[in-house]
Amino acid sequence: MADKFTPDSQYLVQAHDMKMYFPVKTGWFHTTPLKAVDGVSFDIKPGETLGLVGESGCGKTTVGRTLLRLYKPTGGDMYFGGKRIDEKSIGGLRKDMQMVFQDPYSSLNPRMTVEDIIGEPLDVHKLYSGKKERREKILYLMELVGLNAEHATRYAHEFSGGQRQRIGIARALATNPSFIVCDEAVSALDVSIQAQVINMFEDLQKKLGVAYLFIAHDLLVVHHISNRIAVMYLGRMVETAESNELNNNPIHPYTQSLLSAVPYPDPKEAKARKRIILEGDVPSPLHMPSGCPFRTRCRYATDQCKAEMPPLTDKGGGHKVACWNR
Amino acid sequence: MAENNVILSVQDLHTSFTTDHGEVMAVNGVTFNLNEGMTLGIVGESGSGKSVTAYSIMQILEKNGSIKSGKILFKGEDITRWPEAKMRDFRGKKCSIIFQDPMTSLNPVFTIGWQLKEAIELHTDRKGKAAEDRAIEMLKLVGVNEPEKRIHQYPFEFSGGMRQRVMIAMALACEPDILIADEPTTALDVTIQAQILELMQDLQKKMKMAIIIVTHDLGVIAQMADEIIVMYGGRVCERGTAEDIFYRPAHEYTKGLLRSIPSVDKIGQRLVPISGTPINLLNLPKGCAFCPRCDQAMKICLEQQPPETRTIDGHLSSCWKAIEEEAAAGLIDLTGPDGKPEDTSKLAEVSEKD
Repeated sequence: MADKFTPDSQYLVQAHDMKMYFPVKTGWFHTTPLKAVDGVSFDIKPGETLGLVGESGCGKTTVGRTLLRLYKPTGGDMYFGGKRIDEKSIGGLRKDMQMVFQDPYSSLNPRMTVEDIIGEPLDVHKLYSGKKERREKILYLMELVGLNAEHATRYAHEFSGGQRQRIGIARALATNPSFIVCDEAVSALDVSIQAQVINMFEDLQKKLGVAYLFIAHDLLVVHHISNRIAVMYLGRMVETAESNELNNNPIHPYTQSLLSAVPYPDPKEAKARKRIILEGDVPSPLHMPSGCPFRTRCRYATDQCKAEMPPLTDKGGGHKVACWNR
Repeated sequence: MAENNVILSVQDLHTSFTTDHGEVMAVNGVTFNLNEGMTLGIVGESGSGKSVTAYSIMQILEKNGSIKSGKILFKGEDITRWPEAKMRDFRGKKCSIIFQDPMTSLNPVFTIGWQLKEAIELHTDRKGKAAEDRAIEMLKLVGVNEPEKRIHQYPFEFSGGMRQRVMIAMALACEPDILIADEPTTALDVTIQAQILELMQDLQKKMKMAIIIVTHDLGVIAQMADEIIVMYGGRVCERGTAEDIFYRPAHEYTKGLLRSIPSVDKIGQRLVPISGTPINLLNLPKGCAFCPRCDQAMKICLEQQPPETRTIDGHLSSCWKAIEEEAAAGLIDLTGPDGKPEDTSKLAEVSEKD
């Protein structure tokens, strides 16, 4: 990028032209860059939820991880609270940016008690003055996510999936962050439990004012929890808008087919619905199509789509779409 | 439900597993009928016994599991009494199953063609070239491009959606009467899921088979099923047409499930989750299995298992609260399956309690 990006102070998190390429060995002497995220920009206000949706392999998880600098980005400018996120600053910023993982089974250490799991971030960042304060903080966090004090000495395997996810959330909240990346945080849970955890996320946001980057593939869940939604396809952002606007008026052909493919829990509606069935599969990110990545499955594809990647342009009211034909 | 075209009838099925911690009662008295050419949906959360019900029909349970009692009637014959050799003929030819994970249900060291041919040669008279032709024909039917080329490829060369198509081709190669689909699209992306569901509906029309679809996804069920069974704790909570279940749910668990899913008309509202956690199948409660999580629970729910009652329009449910409500509205059909009036003493108990 030629012009230098300047952060806007009204946003808590800003990503500009984020790029994350992974080198993949494709022969004895060849490595090809796998463009997991290729020029993604977004911003999140304090206390807001941005939903990030897309199919497997579209790079949504990589966006979350790169933002927290769990990966060293190939390019782009990321800012948190006006501060540039880089090698030097990240140590001080980690406390304020936390993550909740998808799998409540593998993201908790089986050899640690709940108390130790939730206490670990407190230890790392030295957030207490004595044993008593540490214990008090842990019990407060457990209460916050709806766990009983008597659970403190138990191990992760003694809990159900929903309760484990609560432990993971308590751990993320331990450092009192202002931003949490929720990577498929409710996807592994049963419907009835999922609703409990979604409500908890909403309550915590109201109470503590945290902002979320809510990454998920379930559009109904994302629509429910998010203020705004961004749709990704093969490492690019194809559309972003307010959640209701995106749902009522999807513009990008990929978003349209994605929304129409969601099985709707209503038999009459589900059977009457016109689905836009996409042909074929998502292309391999190692062999990206030229121009617009979606053109191989798109109904409207033209020669221009083949030649050039469409930029994300504002169609009014912050509804941005990356498509030549719409 | 007309009795004459029932192809599969499961009656009071009990299946359990012996484990180090005791006996896990996975399925406790499941009863349903599957009509020819229809789609039956079995919905429930993890541990509700929906998959075990499907595996019991195919008799492909793990070694420590067995059918304890009950009948599974296929065209009137009880297949639980069939010897293994006859069952082997039943699987694949009369009834096929596709699994959730298309990554692990194909053998990675054999070509797709070899695996399809194996199933065809085993169950039909087609051998050698004829079997290969059939394999190509089936792949074409399920929408795999260039099947002549692709039968020589290995599973790793196929994407998830394509592998699930291969599984469907294999399941349908011998034209079974029943296809059991156990979470067939759970591992797939939404746009691929839509392709596979549409393919299944298409093939059902062409081949006139019955489908049992097992899933936790109420959206998939709404799209696919004519009739639905809702399971919880190894028991059937409620059964009826898709419209009955979604628009007139009777059981408190079904109501809770429908309240807890996010949907477009609930935006801005709080979801209403079901409190508590799913039950432990090692020690089932004496009364209704859902009772500990139910906010409408009454004294009788703790003590006695609710009987299955039928409303006049044929909607069946097992819930004391529903019995109370339906009895008050005069909706309960008191004629038993044999046409005789049912024992109504238990129903009277409910109304006395209040």
